[in-house]
Amino acid sequence: MSTVTYVEAIRDGLREEMLRDQNVFVLGEDVGVYGGAFKVTEGFLSEFGEQRVVDTPLSESAIVGAAIGAALMGMKPVAEMQFADFISCAFDQITNFAAKCRYRWGAGVPLVIRGPSGGGIHGGPFHSQNPEMYFVHTPGLKIVAPSTAYDAKGLIKSAIRDEDPVLYFEHKFLYRRIKEELPTKEYLVPIGSADIKRSGKDISVITYGAMVHNALEAAEVLAQDGIDLEVVDLRTLVPLDKEKVLQSVKKTNKAILLHEDVRTGGFAGELAAIIAEEAFEYLDGPLMRITAPDTPVPFSPPLEKFFLPKTSDVIRVARYLAAY
Amino acid sequence: MQLEQQTLLDMLYYMKLAREVETRIECKLFRQGKIVGGVYTGRGQEAISVASSIQLEEKDCICPSHRDMGAYIIRGLTVRKILAQYMGRKTGVTGGKDANMHMGDLRHNIIAFISMLADTVPVATGIAIAYKMRRQRNVVLCYFGDGATSRGDWHEGLNLAAVRKVPVIFICNNNQYAYSTPLEKQMPIRDVSIRAKAYNMPGISVDGNDVMAVYEATREAIKLARNGGGPSLIECKTFRMSGHAAHDDARYVSKELFQKWEKKDPILRLETSLIGDKFVTKKEVQQMDTRITQEVDEAVNLAENDPFPDPEETLLGVFSDRSAEAPLSFAESFFSSNRWR
Repeated sequence: MSTVTYVEAIRDGLREEMLRDQNVFVLGEDVGVYGGAFKVTEGFLSEFGEQRVVDTPLSESAIVGAAIGAALMGMKPVAEMQFADFISCAFDQITNFAAKCRYRWGAGVPLVIRGPSGGGIHGGPFHSQNPEMYFVHTPGLKIVAPSTAYDAKGLIKSAIRDEDPVLYFEHKFLYRRIKEELPTKEYLVPIGSADIKRSGKDISVITYGAMVHNALEAAEVLAQDGIDLEVVDLRTLVPLDKEKVLQSVKKTNKAILLHEDVRTGGFAGELAAIIAEEAFEYLDGPLMRITAPDTPVPFSPPLEKFFLPKTSDVIRVARYLAAY
Repeated sequence: MQLEQQTLLDMLYYMKLAREVETRIECKLFRQGKIVGGVYTGRGQEAISVASSIQLEEKDCICPSHRDMGAYIIRGLTVRKILAQYMGRKTGVTGGKDANMHMGDLRHNIIAFISMLADTVPVATGIAIAYKMRRQRNVVLCYFGDGATSRGDWHEGLNLAAVRKVPVIFICNNNQYAYSTPLEKQMPIRDVSIRAKAYNMPGISVDGNDVMAVYEATREAIKLARNGGGPSLIECKTFRMSGHAAHDDARYVSKELFQKWEKKDPILRLETSLIGDKFVTKKEVQQMDTRITQEVDEAVNLAENDPFPDPEETLLGVFSDRSAEAPLSFAESFFSSNRWR
């Protein structure tokens, strides 16, 4: 066992896969000499060489397009968006080319696109976004968003081994803020599998990414009041582990749908629809969304703090639901 | 350059076959209502894809566009499969999932393009990156029109290919119209090939209606690419002898222009020169025409009798694993195994 941070976990997982499979390579802006803006690929250039650690021009669309081309030839490219926000520049390649290849002509595109996402680091409107829903809405893309170092490592390895395009949204707030002991033996975390991060009987908090930690913090506080939260970490948005979500709601009969992404068209709405359709008679209270408001991510610290969903929001809503 | 007689005859055959297939699609099957959706042809532009793709080796790759019927056929798609594709049949190249020229088949190293033109330019670059990484001596031919060169993906793709010095040949079919927009409203330059300068790669403009000129330029570029010399841009100047698609009567193009370019028809030119050089007799050309008509007749008959896909196939093939396949909505699966109405 060794203690590693979230960012180290991603790096270790990526490195293990590059050592395991010659076809795995990374490409992106500043991933080589500089080791990536967040140092995810630090040391890779000297270890794997210039052909497998490709510093690209500032061309997100070409980065993804080239990754698609290489993937079609049986390579396993891992493309980095320097910030997840910049993925909008590659939107067309991802949603129209990568996502539809298999459906249109049976050609698998086994690529991974990593995107440091999320706020809390004073990045402002273009270095803080959570762009997952643009892609959740596009059939053909798998979407993962790990919340712990363990999941981050296991999921990057599964993403690389997957036969379909996988968008891997890593939360940059977590990079160096969380760490844990990881097994020294190799392991994978399957795509499409949610994880109960805390078992509880009163209210299900269904969430993913950095918000998992807010939910867990809230659960600790609420436990003192005798309110027992269950924290369901989706880990994968597509394909969704619907069974674990429904099982949890059928057990607790109340649900909070929590995410850092903005509200309208956010994943909470999709979850609410599924629960309303398939577990309506189990509900003992309204489905409650906690999300960022429908605004861009503001820069100034008090504005950003106001924007991001907080542990106190979870506590307040959970108390309301508990009393409902 | 002196080409072998067989190569010249092959090119004549493929150009004629491509034209016959497209004529049948546009002037017959589409008008009969047997083909629905968009129909794009490369009439008058056949020399470009034929004279270039005929030079490829098995493991080379093409990223064709919508005026490149000859390339699809040369790379190994059968006429029947192509017609079935147009008619939305299960036996078509995409099994009914996609339409017309959106054909791809990795067994033949044909990449299916998408309607957002120039998207295949970075993809072609990625294929070439893979070739270089694996030290494979293969090349990619990437086809697009003049309009596509206005898109950012085109420039990003050429730039990346040049920076990485990878084996891809960019082939521009400059037919002077992007839908209804003429070249001068598309770009402030006359020759697309000068754009190569910005990416420090060889750029050349050739007569796209002259098979020999296209053949020669492509041969040089392929040689360069195979020997590690990196990408090239070849502009083939031609003319679109139709509207953008079957629904478009091209009234924005003057009759004089059509008449002028009709005289430069690439098939006519090759045929005349081959007969003049006594490489082939008129009778042999007629035999070739008859053979092509029969071949397409047969393919039409077969394709017309091919089955449509089962409606439920709509749900299949989004992901590699069935567990991740698109499910019916709860309401749909609640009421029936079929879609409820």
